[in-house]
Amino acid sequence: MINFLMTLTEKVLARASGKTHVQPGDNVWVGVDTLMTHDVCGPGTIGVFKREFGKDAKVWDRNKVVIIPDHYIFTSDSMSNRNVDILRDFVREQGLPYFYDVIDDPNGNWTFDSAKGQLSRQYGSRYTGVCHTTLPWKGHTRPGEILFGTDSHTCMAGAFNQFATGIGNTDAGFILGTGKLLIKVPETMRFFLEGALPAGVMAKDVILHVIGEIGFDGATYKAMQWEGPGVHTMSMDDRMTIANMAIEAGGKNGIFPCDQKTLDYVRERVSENGTKQDFEPVELDRDQSFSYDKVFDLSKLEPTVACHPDPGNRKLAKEMGNVSLDRAYIGSCTGGKTSDFLAFAEVVRGKTVKIDTFGVPATTKVVRELKETMWDGLSVWQILESSGVRLTENASCAACLGGPVDTFGRLNQPMKCISATNRNFPGRMGNKESQVFLASPYTVAASALTGRITDPREFIS
Amino acid sequence: MAHIVTSPVYVVQDNIDTDQIIPAQYLTLVPTIAEEYIKLGSYALIGLPDSLYPERFVAEGASHTEYKIVIAGRNFGCGSSREHAPIALGAAGVEAVVAESFARIFFRNCVATGEIYPYDTPVRLSEIVKTGDVATLDFDTDTLTVNGTHYSLKPLGEVRPVIDAGGIFNFARESGMIASR
Repeated sequence: MINFLMTLTEKVLARASGKTHVQPGDNVWVGVDTLMTHDVCGPGTIGVFKREFGKDAKVWDRNKVVIIPDHYIFTSDSMSNRNVDILRDFVREQGLPYFYDVIDDPNGNWTFDSAKGQLSRQYGSRYTGVCHTTLPWKGHTRPGEILFGTDSHTCMAGAFNQFATGIGNTDAGFILGTGKLLIKVPETMRFFLEGALPAGVMAKDVILHVIGEIGFDGATYKAMQWEGPGVHTMSMDDRMTIANMAIEAGGKNGIFPCDQKTLDYVRERVSENGTKQDFEPVELDRDQSFSYDKVFDLSKLEPTVACHPDPGNRKLAKEMGNVSLDRAYIGSCTGGKTSDFLAFAEVVRGKTVKIDTFGVPATTKVVRELKETMWDGLSVWQILESSGVRLTENASCAACLGGPVDTFGRLNQPMKCISATNRNFPGRMGNKESQVFLASPYTVAASALTGRITDPREFIS
Repeated sequence: MAHIVTSPVYVVQDNIDTDQIIPAQYLTLVPTIAEEYIKLGSYALIGLPDSLYPERFVAEGASHTEYKIVIAGRNFGCGSSREHAPIALGAAGVEAVVAESFARIFFRNCVATGEIYPYDTPVRLSEIVKTGDVATLDFDTDTLTVNGTHYSLKPLGEVRPVIDAGGIFNFARESGMIASR
């Protein structure tokens, strides 16, 4: 008997390939709803597209391509600045509507002014910041759809009940020309969440706990499906944090069911930005077939750290007090959302950090929200600055992945850094002899205050 | 025509991620620009910590490596989706990576670009073979011979003709899936 019950990922892939049913291992051609690229892989993707389809070729659908410069923006590196210009030239030539440029002049060139320093704003009115955080904000994520991006953390959009995954330049060049891609249907692993997170524990702790459980390659080539009452207690930001790190366990994608929170979030943003309004979520079947199925009780989780040198190297923060640190960092798609900075500010408010602490908001919207959110007459931005956090208005990926040597917050010497980001293989944040410890914004904040890895419950009642 | 490669091997352990294959500061190089492609090759595996890998993969000032075969542990190529990673290895002159397992996007990028052959080995060769040992890789019998021992590798199967053709676009044209130019 053929089992027609499908997992969320199988349902999205079946619909996108025009089939009534798919199963793990099937190779299917899917139609693409959105292709995202950025300044690091965009120029190479454009190069492949032109090489293969001709220099006068047009993209398959102007409204389905989203281009977001975000990686190496606020740097004097001339190659990086050139790469942003390559994107702008392509957008102009193709007439693409969704380009979140650093500068306002469509015929201009981008040059970072190092004399102005790293902290104050150097972008125009359309610039947004980190691509994965920009996509939902600007109304490009929709339930039931297919999103490919030339970045491994594209899986973050699985929070919105869609199939989203990272691809290379060649595959992206193929999509630009055809709007299709051949992919293998992954097996699905289910993570069933019960209960609610206790004080001091965040969504980041959930995903670090799970990666520690299944291992750094425990989800290789698989879909990570999140279900259960625990999921519905979580905000969309929390779900994004969890979906973002599917790739750190080797996963092909992460995916959540669609509930009222998803619908409210997506409807507000597609309407605000005038992007495509209609979408059809995929619903959970009662019986599905999983290659792994486990229940996790959120109320039992504790602040968790992924230690150098990989995201699966799990320990509890409370066991790590003997590790002294040189730096703390908060930012990135995973850990640079407004809710992440608010959690961080809750801990450091009225206190002073003991080690160098860098903050890089994921998007320009986060910058604005931190300046507009007032606590007892002070903005959260002011609260963070007066605690000694070095905050920049220049939202970007920044030092999460090292980058050019003048990147804000980059580890330029061997050092130990605790970070709210998502990846900690050797050299990830710059110097290849450095050690990076991944943790929640709460844990990063508490550790910034003490200079050693610290359980944030010491500061949170 | 038989496809056999004999070369000294370079041995790495588990979890060699894309930052160690090609560190992020070199991602400003665009692989489809010919001179930048060559530069990417000169930086292949430069992100390996010197403390663990004292032998450089590509000699200082060189653009090619003497090691055409890389032997690796589990999860080779994990991390980012950057296609610069298989391209840097291919540009440096690597023919094949023989690993216990590969990360998904890296494996796919090897095939899509046709830059290198990603071979799975059921045996943990990274603990048996040493950097500099000379190995012979026979693509037709899927065997690696090193220090007098033959090791059977998992056959490449359907991905081999794609890599033989030089990547997914060439393969699709040769097989009539997309129009030839």
